[in-house]
Amino acid sequence: MGLDRREFLKVAGLAGLLGLGGKAAIDMFAPGELEASMETIPLTEGKRWAMVIDVHKIDETIIKKCVEACHREHNVPDLASKKEEIKWIWKEDYEHSFPERHHEYVGEDVEHGSFLLLCNHCSNPPCCRVCPTKATWQREDGIVMMDQHRCIGCRFCMAACPFGARSFNWGDPRRVLEDEKLKELNPGYPTNQDYPTRSKGVVEKCTFCAERLAKGQLPACVEAANTVKKDALVFGDLDEPDSNVRAVLRNHYTIRRKPELGTNPNVFYIV
Amino acid sequence: MYDGGKIITGLIIGIGLLMAPFFYNAGKAAKAPEPELTAKAKEAKQCVMEKAYMTSSHFSLLDDWRNTVVRDGERYYTAKSGKVFYKSLQMTCLDCHSNKSKFCDQCHDYVGVDPYCWDCHIEPKEKK
Repeated sequence: MGLDRREFLKVAGLAGLLGLGGKAAIDMFAPGELEASMETIPLTEGKRWAMVIDVHKIDETIIKKCVEACHREHNVPDLASKKEEIKWIWKEDYEHSFPERHHEYVGEDVEHGSFLLLCNHCSNPPCCRVCPTKATWQREDGIVMMDQHRCIGCRFCMAACPFGARSFNWGDPRRVLEDEKLKELNPGYPTNQDYPTRSKGVVEKCTFCAERLAKGQLPACVEAANTVKKDALVFGDLDEPDSNVRAVLRNHYTIRRKPELGTNPNVFYIV
Repeated sequence: MYDGGKIITGLIIGIGLLMAPFFYNAGKAAKAPEPELTAKAKEAKQCVMEKAYMTSSHFSLLDDWRNTVVRDGERYYTAKSGKVFYKSLQMTCLDCHSNKSKFCDQCHDYVGVDPYCWDCHIEPKEKK
């Protein structure tokens, strides 16, 4: 009974050799074949979704259009209160978008420029690590997803997210239907009958339009921006070397928000 | 026993009062409501599963749907008949069964359950 040290190492080594699986094995025995089969990836099969925002191409109107399109698509109410605000995608100034890059001699157009912020769908998401119920987790395609059914509203994820991309429902979002003033701000709420609203006590955020990707459509903000200016927002698969986002990243200098924190954001900005 | 008559009378009156609601409601048990089918649901004849399963375990199916859709991203369900359904309470179930008050609520009220589906999912507008 029992293995001595030498026997154990032998077995372990052999197992390691046999266990050499996945992409490495395919690369070794049939180089290039896996790559070829991934040439065209439909929108439903991404491996690491990413977005590139061209700050030179976006302006106030495009930003407004993106925010409106997203919030209409996902029944995000305007609660007319900074404290209770719910935002999936929003406008921010340079200093608050890239605080570590700000200094007093930044050029006028950058300093007063508008940036479009949203959940970065980090490759190393701190929000998912702290969620006690796995209500937020990272899907295989890289999307940091929310499961409202499981959220208990503890807001650990909001504390963990360094980008302020998460909002808490302090009340039922449908209260905008009861209040006269809020009703005016949210005509026709809920605007998308095919998408649920949220309930009181859950956290919500951008999902990279997972439900649209499943149907082969681009995220609502990308679609909205592209009706005004082509390629203002580019969405694609980072894992695919020939993808649109990889091409844009090769050809432009891009920055990400707070990269020093090591969360590895997947939203890039051409500045 | 001192005052036996009074005690027994008191007891009978007391028990009688306690039992009064049972006697009052005896034989008047509300009938279990039958879910009403819309014309569209009748026409389809077959739901995603047999009627017996849907009656007894629709919530298991819905629970399974919500988990597989949200967590695994599997958005389509192939029924035994081979028909493919988009797994959505709002867009698929309630498309046929658009009479929520007569199809869902009636029974839920009867058995005293209060599913929180509609806190978030949008119910269809019913024609009065």
